[in-house]
Amino acid sequence: MERAVTLQRPEGPDKVTGRALFASDLKVEGAWFGGTVRSDVARGELLGFDFDPRFDFSRVTIAEPDDIPGRNLVAMIVDDQPLLCARDIEHWGEPLLLVAAPDAELLRSALASIKPRIEASEPQLDMEASERVFKQLEIIKGDVDAAFASADGSSTRVIEGEYRTDTQEQMYIEPQGFIAFPPDSQGTTLVHGSMQCPYYVQKSLARVFGIDPGRARVIQAATGGGFGGKEDYPSVLACHAALLARKSGHPVRMIYDRHEDLAVTPKRHPSRVRHRTLVGRDGTLLAMDIDVLLDGGAYTTLSPVVLSRACIHAAGAYRCDNVRIRGRVVATNHVPYGAFRGFGAPQVCFAVERQMDRIAVSFGMNPALLRQRNMLRVGDSTATSQVLRQSVGSEEVMREILGRTSFDVYPWRAPKTGRIRRGVGFSFFFHGAGFTGSGEQMLQARVAVELDREGRAIVQSASTEFGQGTLTMFRAIAARALGASPEDVLIGDCDTSAVPNSGPTVASRTCMIVGSCLAKACGELAARVGPGTAPFRERARAFVARDGDPRVEITYASPPDLHWDDATYRGDAYPAYGWAADVAEVEVSLDSFEVRVTRMVTAVDVGKAIQPQMVEGQIEGGSLQAIGFAHLEVVTSQDGRFLQDRMATCIIPTSLDTPEFEVALIEVPFEHGPYGAKGVGELPMDGGAPAVASAIEDALGIHVDHLPATPERLMELWLAQHPEEVFF
Amino acid sequence: MARAASRGGVLLSGEIDLSCNVNGVARKLRVPPLRRLLDVLRIDLGLTGSKEGCGEGECGACTVLVDGVALNSCIVPACQVEGSEITTIESKGLEDIQQAFLDHGGAQCGICTPGMIVMTRAWLEACERNRATPDLESARKALAGNLCRCTGYAKILASALAAVKR
Repeated sequence: MERAVTLQRPEGPDKVTGRALFASDLKVEGAWFGGTVRSDVARGELLGFDFDPRFDFSRVTIAEPDDIPGRNLVAMIVDDQPLLCARDIEHWGEPLLLVAAPDAELLRSALASIKPRIEASEPQLDMEASERVFKQLEIIKGDVDAAFASADGSSTRVIEGEYRTDTQEQMYIEPQGFIAFPPDSQGTTLVHGSMQCPYYVQKSLARVFGIDPGRARVIQAATGGGFGGKEDYPSVLACHAALLARKSGHPVRMIYDRHEDLAVTPKRHPSRVRHRTLVGRDGTLLAMDIDVLLDGGAYTTLSPVVLSRACIHAAGAYRCDNVRIRGRVVATNHVPYGAFRGFGAPQVCFAVERQMDRIAVSFGMNPALLRQRNMLRVGDSTATSQVLRQSVGSEEVMREILGRTSFDVYPWRAPKTGRIRRGVGFSFFFHGAGFTGSGEQMLQARVAVELDREGRAIVQSASTEFGQGTLTMFRAIAARALGASPEDVLIGDCDTSAVPNSGPTVASRTCMIVGSCLAKACGELAARVGPGTAPFRERARAFVARDGDPRVEITYASPPDLHWDDATYRGDAYPAYGWAADVAEVEVSLDSFEVRVTRMVTAVDVGKAIQPQMVEGQIEGGSLQAIGFAHLEVVTSQDGRFLQDRMATCIIPTSLDTPEFEVALIEVPFEHGPYGAKGVGELPMDGGAPAVASAIEDALGIHVDHLPATPERLMELWLAQHPEEVFF
Repeated sequence: MARAASRGGVLLSGEIDLSCNVNGVARKLRVPPLRRLLDVLRIDLGLTGSKEGCGEGECGACTVLVDGVALNSCIVPACQVEGSEITTIESKGLEDIQQAFLDHGGAQCGICTPGMIVMTRAWLEACERNRATPDLESARKALAGNLCRCTGYAKILASALAAVKR
């Protein structure tokens, strides 16, 4: 495989010198400071506010629901979330009032001088007891009931399992933040901040202010990580800041501190997944009956699409003729859950991979060989009856991971000795790239490339850089498609007044979808400029000088052979899938039950690695988030309030917790992706946790079915099997 | 007007004269004694390269050197750096480490990067001072107080080790 030339990040020099301007670094003359008065109960009725008479409220600006000129809502999928709660409180920390003050000290005093009067009521905090359903869906393939009914018990087995995952926090290192400006003389509202999806923010501002979207201008500041956490919440924060700016007449900074960010922004949905699997004597999956339950929290936000991705991935990367997946996401009085890398897939991947291990135990099979027997190959159909026609890297991934680890001959779960138990675990998984179903067709992403007078090409898109390498990948694609040198490709500022809507930077879609549009646009522009022996830049300069049309804009068109039926949830759920396998090695102490992941080998089919160094960075970073999800990251709540609301208690892996990574990039090209590329962003988040759980099972001989596998949980499972070790 | 109050001889409120040297430039400021060094740098001096990720000394994004010692500037009060030499990401002399981070993919979103680079500098100096080998395990320990959520640390550690060679 020829490795692509590694380009330096266009924004890299600013990042390593500290010159990159994040939201809190923006210097705005005369900017006020904005803050939020919040509910201190999970459910109740807002009766009013007590304003401390000792504080002079004439020095600050207060915005309340009546100050909203348009609609009091956060524009997402369903219009059920108010921007400011007017009466019915649905979760702890719900925003009730906004306050702006000329300085931070005065703001603190003002916030401390306002107490909401709330009549609290009993919150619903148990997803299993909730009867309010945001969304439910069913995926049916074949006939599961008939398969179970006709099963011959002598040659088949029914394996059942129940799996749970808890909340996970994105923990981008830069907390959320925005600066908003009062409407200018043309009535345009400007916000500048940390986000993944500028056009989502624009849509929200337009609804809240009752203005044409063009009158809401959104600029992305340097963004310090997102991982899905800056997909929907920036729409809330930007509107809050803009409302205060409009009312006060001053620019307003709203930069959350870590505590506020952890307390009120969305996190990964807790899940409970049940599996009932009919398995043939040789380990072939004959029927899979799967039930998925997600806690959506207080408002719909992105939950319906999280559920959709969860259900589509729930049967794993396996072939089975009879599948039934029932899923629902329910309302509770938790802070709304939202997007986090993987978007429902990590939860169901944990469940199905643990179920595969359980089947392997039952049949005495090697876990890798069980997966190899059942994995989807070219020509097979998925749970949604999608026939996989191309870019199916399952065989290549399996060959690579087994070649590197020999897991197929590893005596998994063989008894171990010693106080430090070592174990090795396996997982196999896939992840759909791009929006689900007809999402991309409806979105109609647009990308442009334009030549300047110097003959340089400027890429215009709303796709944001927040660490993944979006800009570098765009530069590499554009340079190749234009035949230009990479330095002659510039990336336009991410400003909705200047770039077309290429869609949100989510769903592992930026490279495959937006990148393919960019390649097309550049191809067209190169054709206009025409061939020649001179470097592209010289030809382009001459082309612009003779008044050639310097701009090409492309709208995404889905591949013609894709069909999806939203009513039945059947068809081509995604244009392409990334494929991967993980082998994790762990050490578990029988004294402390702490887990140390020492090594992670991962083989990943990305179609084409446009920038291998960045793809590796995505895989290593995603894998460590998955390892954190597996055993380290604990987020719990009490009375609807997150208990881990500081970095000291809400922990993530450090450099001492990261394993030695071995990443094998595999390229099984996808004809509709740029140079064969698919998505990679979310894929590595899916398989790491089940691989670690599988390794813990190998080490201790106990079945881990609830994440995170904390020392407390492991000790409980261990002592249940080893009552002789109970000493207290 | 804020009134100066003292307890046990330590001035707790009001303002003090602060003299320190930041990146080789002598600075004289009048600041509240407990003002966070991070705010002195970012707000009073406009040096926004040091970042605030947590405000409680957990994430390391605000790491600076105070007389050669790496500290989380979000939990250092201004009154403790009187007469000190402070080195931030804006300092000269970090170019080799910065280039190593660029070459080896050590910076992704960039928010932890300034702190990582300053901490790498502290690590290299400590290794030299103690005649210790700057190897992988030593780098892991040195950077363990600087959190990164993007990279999985592999490319940060590779960048730090590459900086040894430069």
